[in-house]
Amino acid sequence: MPFTAAVITFPGSNCDRDMAVAIEEISGGTVHRVWHGDAALPDGLDLIALPGGFSYGDYLRSGAMAARSPVMQAVVEQAGRGVPVLGVCNGFQVLTEAGLLPGALMRNAGIRFVCRDVKLKVENASSLFTSAYLPGQTITIPVAHHDGNYYADAETLDRLEGEGRVAFRYLEACNGSQRDIAGVLNEKGNVLGMMPHPERMIEPAHGGSDGRKLFESVLHGLNALA
Amino acid sequence: MKVRVHVSLKNGVLDPQGRAIHHALEGLGFDGVNDVRAGRLIELDVADTIADEALDEMCRKLLANMVIENYRIEKVAA
Repeated sequence: MPFTAAVITFPGSNCDRDMAVAIEEISGGTVHRVWHGDAALPDGLDLIALPGGFSYGDYLRSGAMAARSPVMQAVVEQAGRGVPVLGVCNGFQVLTEAGLLPGALMRNAGIRFVCRDVKLKVENASSLFTSAYLPGQTITIPVAHHDGNYYADAETLDRLEGEGRVAFRYLEACNGSQRDIAGVLNEKGNVLGMMPHPERMIEPAHGGSDGRKLFESVLHGLNALA
Repeated sequence: MKVRVHVSLKNGVLDPQGRAIHHALEGLGFDGVNDVRAGRLIELDVADTIADEALDEMCRKLLANMVIENYRIEKVAA
């Protein structure tokens, strides 16, 4: 079965093309481009990706409007059925606003927009999205965000840590995130949200290819199931 | 009927914008400001018949993010 993915485009998304190209190149499969106003998603998806950008101009709160757009009901429904869902940057914000991931992403502690390569630690190398990495591996992935300051109450943070749901952690101060959390998984492990952009680090011309393994993990996971 | 929804950050949630405003006020020479918290005011013009529960639901579903924010509904005489 060829790999089939959907990349959602909201008004104001700007990493949707990069995301689609990354998935296409790494999987050799098909990527459906889905508009936020569509009420349905194709069947048989192996991955749904919510890209970065500034959906709805970040009005109200980053990701707040997009999380209530028609297509998100279908995303929530498919996530509930176990379809892998990846949210990057604004996509992560949308996933928290939609209630698919705990916590919230607030204005960076330093107020400024942060746009640079950051070092991350792979905290959980056994998840659907990270199994191709080594446990504790240090990887370099770029960030570009204004609202990436991850917040959740202490009880939630303890639970995330205890359940191995912190996928990635910043190895350097980045945005003031609680416990330097850069990416979190949902309880079932089929939804990942992360502020860094793996789709911007998939070939040497990007300055590195540490992002490839995230997509390869999803591919391998599906091959292992097949 | 005019309704004002005041959205504010919960206690204990760090407010980077409030802190920046605080620093700016100090930079302008204003002394005696202990703390600044930035929130959001949303004004709605709604039917007089609207139910309180509906207003509450609007806040919980969209206007406030209950993970980090509180809200207060204020009805203003039209």
